[in-house]
Amino acid sequence: MAYSDKVIDHYSNPKNVGTLDKAKKNVGTGLVGAPECGDVMRLQIEVDEATGVIADAKFKTFGCGSAIASSSLATEWLKGKTVDQALAIDNMDIVEELNLPPVKIHCSVLAEDAIKAAINDYRVKNGMPELELEEKKH
Amino acid sequence: MELKLPIYLDNNATTPMDPRVLEAMLPYFVEKFGNAASRNHSFGWVAEEAVDYAREQVAKLINADPKEIIFTSGATESDNLALKGVFEMYASKGNHIITATTEHKAVLDTCKHIEKMGGQVTYLEVNPEGLIDLKELENAITDKTILIAIMYGNNEIGVIQPVREISTIARKHGVLFFTDATQAVGKIPVDVQADGIDLMAFSGHKMYGPKGVGALYVRRKNPRVKVTAQMDGGGHERGMRSGTMNVPGIVGLGKACEICMNEMEAEAKRLSVMRDRLENGLIELEEAYVNGSKEHRLPHVSNISFKYVEGEGLMMGFNKNIALSSGSACTSASLEPSYVLKALGLGDDLAHSSLRFGLGRFTTDEQIDYTINAIKDTVLKLREMSPLWEMFKEGIDLDTIEWAHH
Repeated sequence: MAYSDKVIDHYSNPKNVGTLDKAKKNVGTGLVGAPECGDVMRLQIEVDEATGVIADAKFKTFGCGSAIASSSLATEWLKGKTVDQALAIDNMDIVEELNLPPVKIHCSVLAEDAIKAAINDYRVKNGMPELELEEKKH
Repeated sequence: MELKLPIYLDNNATTPMDPRVLEAMLPYFVEKFGNAASRNHSFGWVAEEAVDYAREQVAKLINADPKEIIFTSGATESDNLALKGVFEMYASKGNHIITATTEHKAVLDTCKHIEKMGGQVTYLEVNPEGLIDLKELENAITDKTILIAIMYGNNEIGVIQPVREISTIARKHGVLFFTDATQAVGKIPVDVQADGIDLMAFSGHKMYGPKGVGALYVRRKNPRVKVTAQMDGGGHERGMRSGTMNVPGIVGLGKACEICMNEMEAEAKRLSVMRDRLENGLIELEEAYVNGSKEHRLPHVSNISFKYVEGEGLMMGFNKNIALSSGSACTSASLEPSYVLKALGLGDDLAHSSLRFGLGRFTTDEQIDYTINAIKDTVLKLREMSPLWEMFKEGIDLDTIEWAHH
């Protein structure tokens, strides 16, 4: 199976690899997947408290090239969005952008889950109720 | 010598054909095209003679009688013929077969089929080294047992089963012993007499011969073994495998066996030195583990898990330049990681992190050097990107984390 150029580009030059200080109140962390499934994504957002805009986003991913590319792309999209705008990111947007084949759709679902988990972590830390998230099939 | 890319290190999947094999085959496509079963003219005689000669070449490599070689389309067909053929032929004696969980799918899926036809199959577990337990094997034998089917060398980890001890047990209990020796024949000495083998499957394209041709060894003396044909037709191959002989393929298999016979010993030495160098170079990395027995192993195979990185992601770092396989689920159509590695007791995470190296006749020292460097670089790069590596380095026990299972 050949990878799309965009997947190869994100894999070779991943954007925003790294770690934010999860102890900070304005940092939300989402850790999704499981080692035995072959995919673990950790996605973090740092929110500018004055504006509600995501000022920084970082990821680390254990997984295949498509999983790495999905999380790299997600961090790029997150930066500059408000938390509410970020919630609107749908896994199918990632599939389309990266041209993922059907067997790799679960990578995009995992990235969407990671975004929502990070946002929920941020919300809970800041006294907001946790959002009920719909279960997507992997 | 300048290094030519890409490098092929997937010789357990298939080997390139040796140019000497191709040369031997070429006359049998256009010029000597006869049907080996045509008894009444020279075209047939020439083809028959070529097949007979190849049969001798094949038999010699495994110390068999030429009459004991049945040509097939490959090891999968040979596995099917041996298992189903014995199951049908010996139905009056019993219906029980003993095999192991690390067998090739061609054996396991055939056993599943036999179960549907009313057979009983025992699947022996293996120890962390990948070896079966001989006591367990003997204990599994019942008065209904007709066949023990245990492979010679494993395709994923290269582990060699104790074939002679297995055949001794089989003999003692009057049970036939079949071995899938696809990865072993032509790589290490395989001797059907000394090893006590009753039936044995192997294939041309794993030993520098052509694809689409293989053989089943069927013992004729002490005991005389018979299998029920699974392909009906013209009664070729002493009635055990009908179908027009694949003359060029058979000639190629014969030539491949002859070359292996002459060069195997030196080749095995050369490859095991290279393999050990590759392996030692790679396990210098932290948290890198060799899978399966290092002592009982084919000389050209290595299987290594690089913890905290995922196999497919890892291969993507160099698969433009190096061809090999991973036990990761992502490389196969199923989403399960390697059942062989799991049978050794590896967790799914380690199975997902494995690479299989299969060296071959045309592997060079320069290729090994390049591979060590490329894989080390990629592992280090991906670990910088791996949340699991970060947790490991912080001393977090990953087993204590509640993972969201999907």
